[in-house]
Amino acid sequence: MNINLTLFGQTIAFAIFVWFCMKNVWPPITQAMQERQKKIAEGLDAAGRAQNDLKLAQEKVSNTLKETKEQATQIIEQANKHANTIIEEAKEQARIEGERLIASAKAEIEQEVNRARDQLRSQVAALAIQGAEQILQSQVDAQVHNGLVEKLASQL
Amino acid sequence: MASTPVEYIQHHLQNLALGFHPEKGLMFAKTADDAVQMGFWAIHVDTMLWSVLCGLLFIKLFQKAAVNATSGVPGKLQNLVEMCVEFVEGMMRDTFHGRNPVVAPLALTIFVWVFLMNSLKWIPVDYIPGLAHLIGIPYFKIVPTADPNGTFGLSIGVFALIIYYSIKVKGGLGFTKELAFTPFNHWSLVPFNLFLEILGLLTKPLSLALRLFGNMYAGEVVFILIALLPFWAQWTLNVPWAIFHILVIPLQAFIFMVLTVVYLSSAHEDHSH
Repeated sequence: MNINLTLFGQTIAFAIFVWFCMKNVWPPITQAMQERQKKIAEGLDAAGRAQNDLKLAQEKVSNTLKETKEQATQIIEQANKHANTIIEEAKEQARIEGERLIASAKAEIEQEVNRARDQLRSQVAALAIQGAEQILQSQVDAQVHNGLVEKLASQL
Repeated sequence: MASTPVEYIQHHLQNLALGFHPEKGLMFAKTADDAVQMGFWAIHVDTMLWSVLCGLLFIKLFQKAAVNATSGVPGKLQNLVEMCVEFVEGMMRDTFHGRNPVVAPLALTIFVWVFLMNSLKWIPVDYIPGLAHLIGIPYFKIVPTADPNGTFGLSIGVFALIIYYSIKVKGGLGFTKELAFTPFNHWSLVPFNLFLEILGLLTKPLSLALRLFGNMYAGEVVFILIALLPFWAQWTLNVPWAIFHILVIPLQAFIFMVLTVVYLSSAHEDHSH
């Protein structure tokens, strides 16, 4: 066989064919491939995002749970404290009330004693006069001696 | 070597044969007559070389993609390989109804390999033979699928698988029964059935091989004929023909694959149940 211009002609044809492929065949193929790649990338991205979201949500849930627990213990503590203060207050009040009652009772007793003493005094005066009357066997003018008897009674 | 059109065409359609010449012993065939003299015990070195090269390219490419495969966003090569695999997988789902882990990889291999071998046709017809001529190799035909040896090699392999799986799935007896009692289920028609079924069975590899060979060979002849035009006019026909082959080359690879899968699918169908 001869090496001749046929080779050149084939080269021209080949070059044109390659150019045609570059222009019309290659772009759709690469585009399809790029689209496929993009679709996969997007899918993976979405999956990653979803996973991240899930993690965040879980974190949030556990955080909220922790906060709630803390709050609950706080509330319980507060309630306990409150209850203690109420008890203390009640105790204090009871003590004050008791003291007050004791004081008033004492005052009443005092009054009663005084009253009794007054009564006694007046009775003693009468008794003394009676006694003196009987002793003297004579009538003592109550009005004359009243001052003397009262003086005596007050000394009781 | 003076080159008339006829010689030119004949030269380009002649494979490089290595074999035993009855008189000259082991040699490369220097002329077409030498190759004929060698008879059956010769080997087409160019067909072997290029088909093995294409096979290696396929294996290396896909292996590289598989080794570097990531479950994340695929790179360019992985993307391409994944597209091929998905394409074959979709075709398998539609066509193959048996259960066999061999068939899908087989289909993928056939598709890509035949595609690569066919695509050698896009290389201008004088490039590689011209180079070979410069280093003193008399003949060099690079498209393995335009050599009946290449296509029959493939189809005989498929045929062996058809027989193997027919016997494996249906059993030797079941397979024989199927051959003997379809399409007419009557004892008196057994010879007729056998004749029909065996003919049908043998037609499968024949049709596979001849379809691919015929298409590729005819395309090759037209490319060579176009190369006989004056050099400045060649592109007017060569370019449209090459563009047409953008359709033909994948289509022939696809047809070979689909028919293989269809034949193997029918080998897996057990009609006795």
